[in-house]
Amino acid sequence: MILNRRHLLLGATATLAGCDRLAGNERFREALFSAENFHKWAQRTLMTRDAMAREFRPDQISPRFRANGTANPNTPEYKAIWRTGFADWRLRVDGRVARPLSLSLAHLHALPHREQITRHDCVEGWSAIGKWRGVPLRPIMEAARLNDRARYLVFHCADDMGGGSAYYESIDMVDAFHPQTILAYALNDRPLSVANGAPLRLRVERQLGYKQAKYLMRIEAVDSLSAIGGGKGGFWEDHAGYDWYAGI
Amino acid sequence: MDSPPDSVGTIVRRHRLSTRLWHWLNALLLYVLFTSGLGIFNAHPRLYWGQYGANFDPSWLELDRFPGWITLPGTYSLALSRHWHLAAAPIFAFALLFYMLWSLANRHIGRDLAFRREELTPRHVWHDIKDHARLRFPTGAAALRYNVLQKASYVGVIFVALPLVILTGLTMSPGMNAAWPWLVDLFGGRQSARSIHFITAFALVAFFLVHILMVVLAGPLNEIRSMITGRYRVPEDRP
Repeated sequence: MILNRRHLLLGATATLAGCDRLAGNERFREALFSAENFHKWAQRTLMTRDAMAREFRPDQISPRFRANGTANPNTPEYKAIWRTGFADWRLRVDGRVARPLSLSLAHLHALPHREQITRHDCVEGWSAIGKWRGVPLRPIMEAARLNDRARYLVFHCADDMGGGSAYYESIDMVDAFHPQTILAYALNDRPLSVANGAPLRLRVERQLGYKQAKYLMRIEAVDSLSAIGGGKGGFWEDHAGYDWYAGI
Repeated sequence: MDSPPDSVGTIVRRHRLSTRLWHWLNALLLYVLFTSGLGIFNAHPRLYWGQYGANFDPSWLELDRFPGWITLPGTYSLALSRHWHLAAAPIFAFALLFYMLWSLANRHIGRDLAFRREELTPRHVWHDIKDHARLRFPTGAAALRYNVLQKASYVGVIFVALPLVILTGLTMSPGMNAAWPWLVDLFGGRQSARSIHFITAFALVAFFLVHILMVVLAGPLNEIRSMITGRYRVPEDRP
């Protein structure tokens, strides 16, 4: 035959190089990235608004829960609130709300809570199952009297991602008001460890790990994501090109 | 495969337009899906069985990262690999669905792919295996019909492997898990689905290699032409 393995390898590599060049083209890139819109539309069409993420039995919990993202924010500010056992920490809820809130950990502990054993799916491919306890986000946003024009909630975090930029993520109101969307303060019956986002992290169970913002400092209600970071709604969305809709 | 004339050397119409279109679209999409899939796999090159699986859990397979010449993009980017993969996947899935329906309607499935009763006797199958092993390919009018091993591999790919790779892919999506919870049960967990997805992808590569080998051995120009233009020269009988 005319083709040998070397030619095939060269051909495969050349085709892939062609694909890489194509992905460098701005318009092709846009088309490629727009698949996110199709997946979001398709998934939201196929599921009811309150369709639940799978909840597991206690015996299905991962023996050791692998933490994702930052292992320790290690900033002076974070160390200061950590040293006092987060007694001085406050969660601010502001932006497009009629009644901005400032909530202490004790206050959050006193609110009605929800427990859920769910699977954490990292965008890299691994999964870990853990039992979360926390406060549903919905009553908090209702207490803050969310403005009708607010379309997204932005979560500002304490971990410095380099260059002075702290981690941030955002969700829309479909996920904000989902019954399993909670602000978690405990994992597997113990207070959140630093690696897992102490003192408080978001759980949005129908989406991937990078949505589960840790070290929460502030929830900001906005009507557009364009003024947040690079405008794509999250740190990895802006810096690595991840999809904003992480249900895929 | 329209009413095959028996005469050797004549040109006949072999593959339908639907088959030809789908074949080449599929070849392109599977190429993008496989190479971008390897790029995604490189983010966590370990595989597990069950509902969960991360670094502390026992894996059944742990590999080095696949080299850049076989991944899309060539330099590691999980985000870009995912964009390629997730853009190609829905087109691939709907093309398969459309092809299945079209092939049902134009009777490609019933006439060309469905097994006939006499083909499934052990003697017939064994005879076909021996012919393949000796590289004795059918000639004349017999070359115009799929033999039983061909049917088995095409049916296996179209109705087993491709649906399996699509469903296991959907099972890895947390949003789809909420929409269709039965997916998780069907494959025994997200990490099992990820493992099956990987195994099926390599089974498709194995099919591809044998497929290419068969095309080369059966006469590549005639075979490739028939998949592009549909026109196929009936092979002559062996002397």
